[in-house]
Amino acid sequence: MASFGFQLLKRTLGNRSAAARFFSSAPYTPIRATLFPGDGIGPEIAESVKQIFKAAEVPIEWEEHYVGTEIDPRTQSFLTWESLESVRKNRVGLKGPMATPIGKGHRSLNLTLRKELNLYANVRPCYSLPGYKTRYDNVNLITIRENTEGEYSGLEHQVVRGVVESLKVITRQASLRVAEYAFHYAKAHGRERVSAIHKANIMQKTDGLFLKCCREVAEKYPEIKYEEVVIDNCCMMLVKNPGLFDVLVMPNLYGDIISDLCAGLVGGLGLTPSCNIGEGGIALAEAVHGSAPDIAGKNLANPTALLLSGVSMLRHLDLHDKADKIQNAILNTIAEGKYRTADLGGKAKTTEFTNAIIDHL
Amino acid sequence: MATTRSIPLLKRLIGKQPSRSVTYMHRPGAGSPRPDGSPRQVTLIPGDGIGPLVTNAVEQVMEAMHAPVYFEKFEVHGNMKKFPEEVLDSIRRNKVCIKGGLATPMGGGVSSLNVFLRKELDLYASLVNCFNMKGLPTRHENVDIVVIRENTEGEYAGLEHEVVPGVVESLKVITKFCSERIASYAFEYAYLNNRKKVTAVHKANIMKLADGLFLEACREVAQKHPDIQYNEIIVDNCCMQLVSRPEQFDVMVTPNLYGNLVANTAAGICGGTGVMPGGNVGAEHAVFEQGASAGNVGKESMVKKKTANPVALLLSSAMMLRHLQFPSFADRLENAVQRVILDGKVRTKDLGGSNTTQDVVDAVIKALG
Repeated sequence: MASFGFQLLKRTLGNRSAAARFFSSAPYTPIRATLFPGDGIGPEIAESVKQIFKAAEVPIEWEEHYVGTEIDPRTQSFLTWESLESVRKNRVGLKGPMATPIGKGHRSLNLTLRKELNLYANVRPCYSLPGYKTRYDNVNLITIRENTEGEYSGLEHQVVRGVVESLKVITRQASLRVAEYAFHYAKAHGRERVSAIHKANIMQKTDGLFLKCCREVAEKYPEIKYEEVVIDNCCMMLVKNPGLFDVLVMPNLYGDIISDLCAGLVGGLGLTPSCNIGEGGIALAEAVHGSAPDIAGKNLANPTALLLSGVSMLRHLDLHDKADKIQNAILNTIAEGKYRTADLGGKAKTTEFTNAIIDHL
Repeated sequence: MATTRSIPLLKRLIGKQPSRSVTYMHRPGAGSPRPDGSPRQVTLIPGDGIGPLVTNAVEQVMEAMHAPVYFEKFEVHGNMKKFPEEVLDSIRRNKVCIKGGLATPMGGGVSSLNVFLRKELDLYASLVNCFNMKGLPTRHENVDIVVIRENTEGEYAGLEHEVVPGVVESLKVITKFCSERIASYAFEYAYLNNRKKVTAVHKANIMKLADGLFLEACREVAQKHPDIQYNEIIVDNCCMQLVSRPEQFDVMVTPNLYGNLVANTAAGICGGTGVMPGGNVGAEHAVFEQGASAGNVGKESMVKKKTANPVALLLSSAMMLRHLQFPSFADRLENAVQRVILDGKVRTKDLGGSNTTQDVVDAVIKALG
């Protein structure tokens, strides 16, 4: 993440590159970052993150924003315009889980964020955590998912009673963008292979266009191997031998399903970090699990996902020593096994787990 | 129904004395082929890739069992412009077909013939039975999932067009009629096969109208079957649960695309494409093929070295025999296959062995007893 973070900062933050260098040499000037605690268990785990970051002396000043209770007409959702402007200004953010009600007539909160901030790629590294054993041991892959179009365009209508159509839109521009990012990421992190996942044998024009774009970008990176895998084959191979994959790039719907499948391979959403990359170098790290309203407020939640996402946010900001310190503390705590939250099979409370990590720092 | 009562009885009889001959009162004339109009005549389409290998395996085993099933073979290949009329007529006449996979050229102008066949014959339900086989070690235990997938509409409607250069749209169509049909089929299946729970897989939090309509249909049908448990799960959560705790699922009903993914994931969990049986059924016809659609055509190396796994198609042909109302033959075949897998001595590459297709066929024929 080191060279990549620095390159990204240099490339996209143009006139702020001098400031970036200044920040990395004088880590005590605080960086402003937007924090969305979210719903349900969100506030508890956000609190956990804030405590650990403070204990590790991370120079971040959090600007907290909450989800509103009424629909803001400027954004067509419960998120206010001010929250979105804050992320645009600060360029980094950390987001907790936000609940999406099923079947109502407004835009989902996550989709709103993605569309308004133009977060076009969702990057989810999945690796088996040392010390936490699941049925799959050799997982080490990254899923990169196109985040703005595809099946989630939100364009649906009822043709006549009892017949509904939903549009899946694939554009050359978005596919090229995400393919570029995928190969760039692979190169920056020393990954050897990029696999494009598709269903072009059935959806020939749409996934065909996506594949064409991926092939074009692949030609520019001859040192990285490129392959195409049909999605049902991919699912089968992931379940039988996940070690076969390296970097996966895919359109929206498949990306959603496959990235959750991979999260399941390593231990569930409670442990998976995720980062959304937007145009202009915006990075919004988020915890991808749900808001778990049934355990909200009971001090039982597992903050690992939000913590690891916070770590990836630190890497994006080039604060690698802090990121490594916190990540090692988390991994050691989990590996030790004395303090584990309920979803990992232990009995510790959120606060106990947090304190254990602070001790390990 | 006679079949539901006689199966457990026969299983008990067969289980205790593996070499006892089965009491089967046949209809007079069942030992010799009837020219046409007979429900026991079955269309056979070898297909592409490993298709001919595995369908040949089925033919051999049927022959060895003296099963009263007669095959009408037709050559169809995935790169044909359209499905030959004579084959369609044959299937319409025989009502039952067993086939290998048809290769679909990637991204070309030809649409998949597999999908075409399903739409043309209105085979609206695709069924894949994924279960742990004894003697086949997998990472998960106690799995027995049946995935029932809507087969005609949804994302596979094939309605795509280029709006302007560089922008392509694909229509996903969901209708109340098709959703109701598939939900009814799923609940009926659960009722007839003594299953306790039906789970609907959807993504209605994002695709509110489309998957919302599907769920509405499922809920209505669920109300008519109060003794079968019903719940709903979002597709990404479902995949995650499948890899961590698959034993919680029983019967799953899904729209087209999700069904493809869920069925292949579930098949992968239980041992792979080589062992899972499946079929497509409509109001009037039934086509049986390998359960999981991945690897339907297999790899070049498998075709050359003849190491394709025939178990999936053999178990599908057992399902076909039950469909044709020959439960005793179906049981014999299934027991033989299960015994071969349990023994573990003869296995193809995907199960960790190094035998060829023919070896497995020979072992199954020997185990028929």
